[in-house]
Amino acid sequence: MASTDVVKQDTGSRQDRDPVVNDFSIQVATVNGSGSQSANSALMRSIFLMGVPVSGKNLFPSNIAGLPTWFTIRVNKYGYSARKQETDLLVAMNPETAAEDVRALGAGAIVLFDEPLKLEVLRRDLEFFPVPIDKIAGPLAPEPKLKKLLRNMIYVGALAHLLWLDMQAVEEAVRKQFNGKKRAAENNIAAVRAGYDYAVANFPRSRLKVERMNENANKIIIDGNSASALGALFGGVTVVSWYPITPSSSLVESLTEYLKQYRVDGDGKATFAVIQAEDELASIGIVLGASWAGARAMTATSGPGISLMTEFTGFGYYAEIPAVIWDVQRLGPSTGLPTRTSQGDLLSTAFLSHGDTKHPMLLPASVAECFEFGYTAFDLADRLQTPVFVMSDLDLAMNNWVSDPFPYPEKPLDRGKVLSKEELERLGSFARYKDVDGDGIGYRTLPGIQHPNGAWFARGSGHNEKAQYSESPEDYVKNVNRLNRKWETVRSIVPGPVIERSTPGAELGIIAFGSSHWATLESVDQLQQEQGIALDYLRLRAYPFNAAVNEFVAGHERVYVIEQNRDAQMLQLIKMDIAAADIVKLRSVCYYNGHPLDARFVSDSIVSQEQK
Amino acid sequence: MATTPNPPATAKINRVGLSVIDYRGSKSTLCAGCGHNAISERIIEAFYEMGIEPERVAKLSGIGCSSKTPAYFLGRAHSFNGVHGRMPAVATGAAVANRNLLYIGVSGDGDTASIGLGQFAHLMRRNVPMIYIVENNGVYGLTKGQFSATADIGSRLRTGVVNELPAIDICALAIELGATFVARSFSGDKKQLLALLKAAIAHNGTVLLDVISPCVTFNDHEGSTKSYKFVKDHEEPLQEIGFVPSFEEIDIEYETGNGVEVSLHDGSKMRLAKLEEDFDPTDRIAALTRLAHAREKNEVLTGLFYVNPAQPNFTDLLNLVDEPLGTLPQEAVRPPRSVLDRIMEEFR
Repeated sequence: MASTDVVKQDTGSRQDRDPVVNDFSIQVATVNGSGSQSANSALMRSIFLMGVPVSGKNLFPSNIAGLPTWFTIRVNKYGYSARKQETDLLVAMNPETAAEDVRALGAGAIVLFDEPLKLEVLRRDLEFFPVPIDKIAGPLAPEPKLKKLLRNMIYVGALAHLLWLDMQAVEEAVRKQFNGKKRAAENNIAAVRAGYDYAVANFPRSRLKVERMNENANKIIIDGNSASALGALFGGVTVVSWYPITPSSSLVESLTEYLKQYRVDGDGKATFAVIQAEDELASIGIVLGASWAGARAMTATSGPGISLMTEFTGFGYYAEIPAVIWDVQRLGPSTGLPTRTSQGDLLSTAFLSHGDTKHPMLLPASVAECFEFGYTAFDLADRLQTPVFVMSDLDLAMNNWVSDPFPYPEKPLDRGKVLSKEELERLGSFARYKDVDGDGIGYRTLPGIQHPNGAWFARGSGHNEKAQYSESPEDYVKNVNRLNRKWETVRSIVPGPVIERSTPGAELGIIAFGSSHWATLESVDQLQQEQGIALDYLRLRAYPFNAAVNEFVAGHERVYVIEQNRDAQMLQLIKMDIAAADIVKLRSVCYYNGHPLDARFVSDSIVSQEQK
Repeated sequence: MATTPNPPATAKINRVGLSVIDYRGSKSTLCAGCGHNAISERIIEAFYEMGIEPERVAKLSGIGCSSKTPAYFLGRAHSFNGVHGRMPAVATGAAVANRNLLYIGVSGDGDTASIGLGQFAHLMRRNVPMIYIVENNGVYGLTKGQFSATADIGSRLRTGVVNELPAIDICALAIELGATFVARSFSGDKKQLLALLKAAIAHNGTVLLDVISPCVTFNDHEGSTKSYKFVKDHEEPLQEIGFVPSFEEIDIEYETGNGVEVSLHDGSKMRLAKLEEDFDPTDRIAALTRLAHAREKNEVLTGLFYVNPAQPNFTDLLNLVDEPLGTLPQEAVRPPRSVLDRIMEEFR
């Protein structure tokens, strides 16, 4: 079956075109704050319930209400879930952007629109379906506020007809959306039916068709932030400190709900503390204080918050205190573009703080990895006695993704090298920063240990092996050199890279990470099918890299590094690690407009660089 | 007889069997005569006399001369010398992770009233159970003598620079923000400072102790309002403070006179012989008013300004389990497989 992803579709009149089954994209243009999120989620879930691979992305403004917002849904039988450049069906509900949205469509696209907008006069090469939303909404609800919310469900109903959706699936999706709120669910279902009935009476089915498959048995739909929160819950987090910032807030908010539900003991007492701090300086300070005292402590923030954590992160590195820090990346400092996605904090985070500091970063690409890294980050931080960053981004964190259910963590919690009172009694004393085991990691005690020799003095860079204040050049050098040995331990235990695609004899390589994975995976297939270009694809899962990355670059003629920032930050990190002779092999594909990456951009960029 | 050595004097020990040596730290590296050293001495005495095992204490500080002092007392206590102005956050995290320790934070006027003012405010507001000492000399010592935000209007540096901005009254601010034990003392007033420190140990909530501590190197000259001479000449104690710890059984009938008794959380009692007839340290508004008057009159008002032993502290509000969060076993912190199964079902 020809796919719209691989070959751009021909234009032509609608009558002579075959139906497109389970392979198209929808864009819903609405006004922020109009309640369209529920309608769009229900639409996505309807398709999910029909067993068809589906993904959804909310492209929203930094605004409470009033500014334009777009929701894109991609239906793809092959399971490609990255954003797609082309829109096959536009739902135009926002008068402010409708004309522009229609002009941007490729020929042959379908437009479902609010009838008074009269969009059909704009173009002759599109298929228009006018729906009188207000007229249909009129009899459904007397109150204007409710009517406004139900308007969105009317287009869901009309789409159900146009896209051949199973109405049972749609109703089930709406019920799920209003989980437990029976009355709201029934009101919304009535609106869906009204839209559906109108469409049945007035339109034929469209050529875009959702046909039942069985790809979603047992699967879940979840956003990255909820998945991260679950990871922390099952990682045994005990102290959470945070300052609200988009796009990380919902991570802590959902974690707080889970903790309240699942981490209160038989006497109603909490085995956790969540502290909304006065700023990110305090968030990380609270995390370090709590970790020093033995807690599994974490914070979640975005780039501007990370910069405020700079000095404390360096302190954590030198005093060797565990911490888990989620950076849900967005664009730029200050307000920046807080609702747009980015992978732009890599360099600033890897070397955050002053003096010689460097930090492990985990790079989740999926909601499943958000969950997995959510608990392994604690094990790594405790084992390595250092702040560990988990680099998520807005696309991964705030959008809904279809996933296999998350497996229960099998390995017990790793609390690292912590001396108990009994062990200390046997040893007599200990030197906090002595490299006893040759892995660069010393033994620590926790405040509260009731032993006269149990205490140690946590302080910044100036200390000797026994954690005593020292400005001696020998002590300083010895300490930072040991920290470098520890860095080799970090390299050996953080999640290694995985080969996602491999073709025997491929001369070209591609490296990607995080949310860029999905477009990259699709691009590798596109390039193979359309251009006959074979690529091996290595996906990074953490920084620092292990030897597999060096070998991958060494084993290919040219290696493309795909990332969502302007300055090829990941490429710079790779450059620092690989053999000098291999540096010239690196090529860059950078995407940084704030929208999630799409496969076509990657493919076009690689094709054009290969032609040079 | 002269050749027979005297039998060694039995070292005095406290109720937990420790001698005062067990409460010492390393040798101070501050200037000879620094007020901060006197404060460290009082801290050692207070913890010794209260019979608190040093291992039960965690000391925290930020940056500055004052923040170096935790190295000079209670060497067996756990220590965290963090970054400038951020001791409150670290203390908050630690206090939440292990509520069974006694926390003492040492800060200075720069560390508290300038770079750390935000964290200071929020610590007071949360009523985190800890003793927060400000070793207040009105000047930055480690950077060689710049004014801090607690320097009084008209105070003069040795270089002749005159401070033109109003001082931040740390005590008034702490009362306004929610601290539940607020007092001011003077590093040279041994008796008052020791009594306040012992009461601070007995209190359950945030103790803010603003201790005027003259800087002998940069701010002890004529024209300074934080010099020994100025403070000695202008000190106005509100009360004479007596302290009776909970473990002292014998309770001799105390001549109250115009005094007042305050019962603290652990059963200890503060006995305040009033020097000012109308002052009631449980009245927040009165405390704020009295402090405002002191500022107008250029008095160095000392004593207990405000106490509220009943206010729940931050860890009470969090409704935590009794065992420290930091050492909870896996069974207590990782929910079972059935919970994950149930949550996964919700996302289908």
